[in-house]
Amino acid sequence: MSDPKIQIKNLYKIFGKAPEKALTNVQAGMSKDALREETRHVLGVDNVSLDIAPRNIQVVMGLSGSGKSTLIRHINRLIEPTAGEILVDGENVLTMDKDALRDLRRFKMSMVFQHFGLFPHRRVIENVAYGLIVQGVDETQADKRAKHWISRVGLEGYENNYPGQLSGGMRQRVGLARGLATDADILLMDEAFSALDPLIRYDMQSILIDLQKELHKTIVFITHDLDEALRIGDQIAILRDGHLVQQGSAQDIVLRPADGYIEDFIKDINRARVIKLGSLMTPLEGTPPADAPRLDAGTLLQEALMAVAQSDSNTVIVEEHGTVKGQVTTRAVIAALHG
Amino acid sequence: MWDFFTEFPSIGRRDLSQLQMGIDDGFRAFSRAYGEALEIFFSPLLHFLVWFEKLLLATPWPIILIVLSGLAWLGSRSWKITVGTFLAFAVIGYFGMWEDTMATLAIISVATFVCILLGIPLGILMAKSDRMQGAITPILDVMQTIPSFVYLIPVVMLLGIGKVPGLIAVCIYAIPPIVRLTNLGIRLVDREVLEAAEAFGASPRQKLFDVQIPLALPNIFAGVNQTIMMALAMVVIASMIGVRGLGVPVLRAISNQYLALGLMNGLAIVALAIIFDRVSQSYGKRLQAHREGFEK
Ligand SMILES: Nc1ncnc2c1ncn2[C@@H]1O[C@H](COP(=O)(O)OP(=O)(O)OP(=O)(O)O)[C@@H](O)[C@H]1O
Ligand SMILES: [Mg+2]
Repeated sequence: MSDPKIQIKNLYKIFGKAPEKALTNVQAGMSKDALREETRHVLGVDNVSLDIAPRNIQVVMGLSGSGKSTLIRHINRLIEPTAGEILVDGENVLTMDKDALRDLRRFKMSMVFQHFGLFPHRRVIENVAYGLIVQGVDETQADKRAKHWISRVGLEGYENNYPGQLSGGMRQRVGLARGLATDADILLMDEAFSALDPLIRYDMQSILIDLQKELHKTIVFITHDLDEALRIGDQIAILRDGHLVQQGSAQDIVLRPADGYIEDFIKDINRARVIKLGSLMTPLEGTPPADAPRLDAGTLLQEALMAVAQSDSNTVIVEEHGTVKGQVTTRAVIAALHG
Repeated sequence: MWDFFTEFPSIGRRDLSQLQMGIDDGFRAFSRAYGEALEIFFSPLLHFLVWFEKLLLATPWPIILIVLSGLAWLGSRSWKITVGTFLAFAVIGYFGMWEDTMATLAIISVATFVCILLGIPLGILMAKSDRMQGAITPILDVMQTIPSFVYLIPVVMLLGIGKVPGLIAVCIYAIPPIVRLTNLGIRLVDREVLEAAEAFGASPRQKLFDVQIPLALPNIFAGVNQTIMMALAMVVIASMIGVRGLGVPVLRAISNQYLALGLMNGLAIVALAIIFDRVSQSYGKRLQAHREGFEK
């Protein structure tokens, strides 16, 4: 794997009057609740270390109050940490002076917000062009580029409307276009789709997935919705009370949950729609039966079920790019579906 | 012993009057030393006010009437308000109050201008820092609640009687709303919207001019509106210290018990107030049309 795009190292954030003092308590093992009750400080982020690979969608998940927003706001330093380090492309964000930080925000990363954060007094096109104007791009050029992104998110014809004239889903398309328009490598999305209806949310996820296939940005995507996390996340990090409980692919989370908290989290999902054959693969035992079905490692169980059921030998052969890699038994499939 | 409870233990008449005289002498010395400097400091303001008043009086009345109605139209985009403005000024002129009304218009305009010039930056400063807010709020409270006659005294001691002290008195009375509402408007700007500007690398200046002020504008405008209203309310009192305008005949009416004169000039002030209020309010409403989602 290439060098991480974003590295978060031993990050702590404590809200309150004397966070440094509270930090020693936390490092000595005091819990979030105890900290609140005894010192009136709130533990926002608790010793989080996370490497985020380039060109990936990194989901950060957790219940309300688990510190997701606080964590993502450290990456562009909208929030100052109490302790720890954040590196972007190997550069320490926390030692940057004002100008360097401003350039980081202007050129390297952009952000999409839960409640859209649009400028209500600016037209759609002016909203989308905002990051470019701040960068110093001249107006005609900015308009041209803004128009391009407006059409990429499917909003042609609405350039001159005000955000107040659009529906929620359309507003967030504006938010997304504004985030994409600056051509920043990194896109920070804080519950960007959480305020939308399920159907519209699904559409927005599809738009994001399609765009990502072509743009290959490093996306940090916050959500509290597991289905959303499993659908779009290359990697999923799960936070609880400010600390990182598990970081891994959807397969890791579903098949090897780190603890009871995560088991609880995943107990209601449709496992057949998440688990892929490749994750259950074991090495071939002897020569495979000639009539066993052959499927790609990326096949979801729900699509493989029929083939599995009809296999006389109770095995399916797993291939990657057409070469045989291993096998999956009916028993393994049933065990994986049961959890 | 019982005396202690029936009579409040005060510092005594002699000590008190000595204290008051001390303060007065101190202030007199101050005004002797700095009065002239202050007058020079304020002289551009005086020239501006005099120039504006002369302009209003020298311009033929039909032009003024047209300009005022035009401004009402530009501000309100309402025929009702525009025609109302035209008629009100026509009636005022017909009843012989044209000159006083122009003088009042001049001082109100200049006072409002000064209040905006000082008040908006002050409100911005207050919004930027809680400490500033903590320091300025009580001063505004005092300015608004202290009887206006009381602060006329030091103003007159410093600058004597005339247009400038009158203008200052009007401004002291009228500036608090615009400061308060600018502060409030900026503080009420949606945090996420401001955060968005910040996340895209906006400088504090860009945040202020791109986001905070435009979004605070409806509130700032409500402040301007209230400031104008308060300036108008101050017109009668200001005429006690030498400001010309509709307040002068009102004062004369009070001292001579001229009911009709007082009523007419009073109503002229009311008419001005209504016009200013309607025009600036509907302008403020149009400013925030984008929020409700109407096409501009
Ligand atoms: N400015 C602040 N001052 C004090 N406490 C704060 C502040 N911001 C966040 N917190 C606390 O930090 C913790 C984490 O908050 P955060 O907003 O990061 O949670 P979240 O995971 O984003 O939740 P949600 O899903 O509700 O958005 C919470 O306990 C919250 O109360
Ligand atoms: Mg949040």
